[in-house]
Amino acid sequence: MSLTTIRIGVDIGGTFTDIALQHPGGITSCKLLTDHADPGQVILAGIERSASEANVALADIVQVIHGTTLVTNALIERRGAKIAFVTTEGFRDVIEMRAENRFEQYDLNLELPSPLVPRQDRCTVNERLGPDGAVLLPLDPTEADALARRIVDAGYEAVAIGFLHSHTNSSHEHLMAKALLSLAPDLPVSLSSTISPQMRELTRFNTVVVNTYVQPMVSEYVRQLVRRLRSAGIHAPVFMMHSGGGLISVETAVEQPVRLLESGPAGGAIYAARFAESHGVDQAMSFDMGGTTAKICLIEGGTPKTAGTFEIARTYRFKKGSGIAVSTPVVEMVEIGAGGGSIASIDALGRIQVGPKSAGSQPGPACYGRGGEEPTVTDANLMLGRIDPGNFAAGAIRLLPDRSGLALESRLSGLSAADAAFAVTEMVDENMANAARVHAVENGRDIEDYTMIAFGGGAPLHACRACEKLGITSAIIPPGAGVGSAIGFLQAPISFEATRGLFQRLADFDADATNRALAEMGNDARAFVALGAPSEPTTTKLVAFMRYSGQGWEIPVELELRRFQGKDATWLLEAFETAYQQLFGRTIEGLAVEITNWSLTVSTRRMIPDGIERQSELHPLQPGETRDFFDAALRTTVSARSLSRSEILPGVQVDGPAVIFEDDTSTIVTSAFAAVGQSDGSLLVTRKDTQR
Amino acid sequence: MTDASIDHQIMWNRLIAVVEEQGTTMVRTAFSTSVREAGDLSAGLFDLRARMMAQAVTGTPGHVNAMAESVAHFVREIGPENIREGDVYLTNDPWKGTGHLHDITVVSPTFRHGLHIGFFACTAHVVDIGGRGFGPDANEVFEEGVLIPIMKFADRGTVSADLIRILRANVREPVQLIGDLYSLAACNEAVDRRLQDMMGEFGIDDLEALSDYIYETSRNATHAAIRQLPDGRYSNTMQVDGYDAPATMIVELVIDGDQLTADFAGTSGMSRFGVNVPEVYTRAYSCFGLKSAIAPHVPNNAGSLEPFRISAPEGCILAARRPAPVSVRHILGHFLPDLVFGALHKAIPGSVPAEGASALWNIQISSRSCDPDSGLPNSEVLMFHSGGTGARSQSDGLSATAFPSGVSTMSVEATENVSPIIVWRKDLRQGSGGAGTCRGGLGQTVEIEPRSGYEFYFNAMFDRVDHAARGLKGGSAGEQGFVELTDGTKMQGKGRQLVKNGKRLRLRLPGGGGYGDPAKRSREKVRADVIGDYITAAQAREDYGFEE
Repeated sequence: MSLTTIRIGVDIGGTFTDIALQHPGGITSCKLLTDHADPGQVILAGIERSASEANVALADIVQVIHGTTLVTNALIERRGAKIAFVTTEGFRDVIEMRAENRFEQYDLNLELPSPLVPRQDRCTVNERLGPDGAVLLPLDPTEADALARRIVDAGYEAVAIGFLHSHTNSSHEHLMAKALLSLAPDLPVSLSSTISPQMRELTRFNTVVVNTYVQPMVSEYVRQLVRRLRSAGIHAPVFMMHSGGGLISVETAVEQPVRLLESGPAGGAIYAARFAESHGVDQAMSFDMGGTTAKICLIEGGTPKTAGTFEIARTYRFKKGSGIAVSTPVVEMVEIGAGGGSIASIDALGRIQVGPKSAGSQPGPACYGRGGEEPTVTDANLMLGRIDPGNFAAGAIRLLPDRSGLALESRLSGLSAADAAFAVTEMVDENMANAARVHAVENGRDIEDYTMIAFGGGAPLHACRACEKLGITSAIIPPGAGVGSAIGFLQAPISFEATRGLFQRLADFDADATNRALAEMGNDARAFVALGAPSEPTTTKLVAFMRYSGQGWEIPVELELRRFQGKDATWLLEAFETAYQQLFGRTIEGLAVEITNWSLTVSTRRMIPDGIERQSELHPLQPGETRDFFDAALRTTVSARSLSRSEILPGVQVDGPAVIFEDDTSTIVTSAFAAVGQSDGSLLVTRKDTQR
Repeated sequence: MTDASIDHQIMWNRLIAVVEEQGTTMVRTAFSTSVREAGDLSAGLFDLRARMMAQAVTGTPGHVNAMAESVAHFVREIGPENIREGDVYLTNDPWKGTGHLHDITVVSPTFRHGLHIGFFACTAHVVDIGGRGFGPDANEVFEEGVLIPIMKFADRGTVSADLIRILRANVREPVQLIGDLYSLAACNEAVDRRLQDMMGEFGIDDLEALSDYIYETSRNATHAAIRQLPDGRYSNTMQVDGYDAPATMIVELVIDGDQLTADFAGTSGMSRFGVNVPEVYTRAYSCFGLKSAIAPHVPNNAGSLEPFRISAPEGCILAARRPAPVSVRHILGHFLPDLVFGALHKAIPGSVPAEGASALWNIQISSRSCDPDSGLPNSEVLMFHSGGTGARSQSDGLSATAFPSGVSTMSVEATENVSPIIVWRKDLRQGSGGAGTCRGGLGQTVEIEPRSGYEFYFNAMFDRVDHAARGLKGGSAGEQGFVELTDGTKMQGKGRQLVKNGKRLRLRLPGGGGYGDPAKRSREKVRADVIGDYITAAQAREDYGFEE
């Protein structure tokens, strides 16, 4: 896809709908409030506004790329369809019993999230497969027909089917589906062996249930959106961003809507990845801080790290275990309750706590003067001189520092407003740094080796301090970060990740079975990609999930695609040991090795951005306006250079301490850092003591 | 609040992140099923005086509280003068560690600029420790496996080759056991760097002032919470199955100002079998129960544990004397929160739940070929299943959920891939939750059959078969558990038993007790329980007076 074609990226978030229009003149963007009742109308308004600003005719748009949090929100708010779930007799309660544990150890009044399908809508049939797919108990077609009749008569909107071990043999699931479809040919039916053919019943069943639960809504939404675009004269194909960081056709999206979860954050990670790539940064950490949460993602070799499972709709302080675990490809992120709106309080031990509760945009931080009385991170930043009260959101909201001071002093008793503000920002930076560090450790990485890419309204304010805490020596603050996800959509490849459970010991490695499975997966994935990009060249990525026998969790081992032969077991073992060594620092002699799942991703070649020449000839900025802000590392107020981002042309260097203002946020350059403007409009912030 | 205090708060937060990282590293590298799947481990940082400063929140609260006491034994026995950089110590002494031989505690001293500043410690449940294997059937601890006294695993960086050889020769899975020892040592070492970074960032060279702050703050907050309770003496008695004879557990809580003591005088004497509990483990689980009801928000450390003074008379089943067998001490241990809740209910009604299934229904399955000449390999697998928790004053109990243990269950598909068994059923057990204004959580039913060519032995470690979880404030008891074959043959709740090929083992796990008068349960909730088959129509009629 050439850079001169006209394409549009649309990201619907909980608060804002972001539009990014790519055209020969560059990127034109806009930000509108999301209309939950009629999201499509806002999309159209945004497209029309951007197009007219860029002087582009709607009919000339060749591609529309869309991502939305509406699917995730529907899950959180339990607004999906009334569905039935058909499963193996004896396993009716898998999705209700979950992992049988409590995600908060000390809370005697803990509530578990309610299952998406109530118990009375979960039906069982007598059938059973073994782990190798052998039929232990055949499914009686008469019983399947009788159950199908009951389900159809009960008037469910859609049906999910998930049988034990069906990822190794889907025939029973297909038999059940056939029974349903012969009675009701238009009934949406999802099979776990299609949606998530991987071992582990809880995640596979959750995945097919989530898929079914949101499917009627998604298909209606997509249908309406396409119709609306057509009637406005936009006849371009529409693609959806999927959680794995690529694009799928709307047809695939309607079949497998579970892949649409977390599409917005995935767009943000792609956006950060392109900057990492153009700046020649091999290991980057994207840091996206908004009003309610901060999200952290590791990017290596220009690709955000992905995972095969994740948890959606967490109900308890973003705590691990409090959501619904699904197995579908996803850009792997940690999300913590730390944003500009996060509320600070004093706990029973007299300690400052920040988040996860957020003041959101209504009433918002105390300084908005809209009735918020609790102190937030934004209030603390304002008190510390890091935000310009007269220039927030391009002057759209006049901030009231008095309200911030009052809120901080009255709610965080015993501290002056200044001390309280310091404590709040320090605590939130500490929380984010801890989350990033643990995430890196879980991936066997050292966070010190990474470059931070900071975007979203809050990140540039906190980037330098978080770098100080993490031992990171450089950060990139890209331009246009306010609509980062929508821009990321424009940069994503069309891709499809097929997964398959195929349990084998390496000692009994069955090359033929593996080749058969991989061939099927490849055909599936290529067919999905071809729907959107029929003639484009593609690349294929193969990952085996492997472990030592006796371990409970697998590690991803990326492999070169090949036609396997029996003797490749040795080669697989070496690849596994290399990956294990990298993650855990050692290998273990004398233990058998197993493969549990395979993943194969086919994608169009992604656009490799032009490299950015780092500015070598630097022009120190002349002295000018200053303002005071509190430098947390030095524990003192410093006199900082204050300037607008537009003054930092390529090659211009500003030594910290400095505050660089722009419409949506400010970049705080602490005393330890210096910022240099780059030719792509980004700021490169590096530690002074590492600069040559 | 001062600047120093803000720094201390931030460092405290950091330390908690550091020990979480220590625990995460262990979970990711361990072989032991219960560590990996169930989080059966603990990790923490201790100061020079062996006071625990911070601890990872993991799957087994009792286990972690026990480790809090263990470091003091290490300091005493190794001798402060013998502590050197590069040393690593270990033990699995049930009376000085965490209550049974399967838990290995590893302690590593940490230094800064050549001066000793504190210790990292971690504990994990290992796959095998020799002896009879994990189960209650031994009559002395000597039968339960190898006991490693407190000693050096590594002396100034050199690992004791003799120790490794002795261990290798005495356990069934030497590669995994030794692997886990190295994992434990490595996770202590890995996070030491984080501690050093933090100390550099904040410019401190020892941990004493920070430790004092954590200790004082936590102790004061806990004392303040205890002060809220009405003074008095509150007792409770609970009977559970035991091994071959029921065990009666008695507690008396004395609340006096900001002091709280718990005493277990009157509790049954020791058993001949491995259900005995070393006192350290009794303190750990009772303390967990008390703390979760009284001061749940105070992080776990020496200061927050100190205000709870807990003792049991030596020689009772909750303070077993050497060389008593203690392998499955978790069974009675898991009942201790229920026991102290019953007493606390009299002091602060409405704040604690009714009794639950509580003790995990762990099952160790040893599959053997029916024909020794068939060449089919043996197989061992450990599964975790949980019954229902007790109802709360404002909400129903949780069905099939572990409490007080925090373990997770494992995927049936994953289990069947590594073990020649078929799990025919694992679903909620209708009608097993005790009736009440708030209903007890449901237990579950599990049916397991050997695959063709196999039979299996299982080590039963099940309780509440003869003694149901009692309700509170008019709530009814939950259903008791059943261990049987599907053909109706009754099996024992404890000990090793055989399931022949073609037979199917059925476990019906106990439900939790109800809370409050069932007649006061909202009609919508009763109706929903009937529609969802959580209770039967007959129960709705008989227990709740509900007709429709």
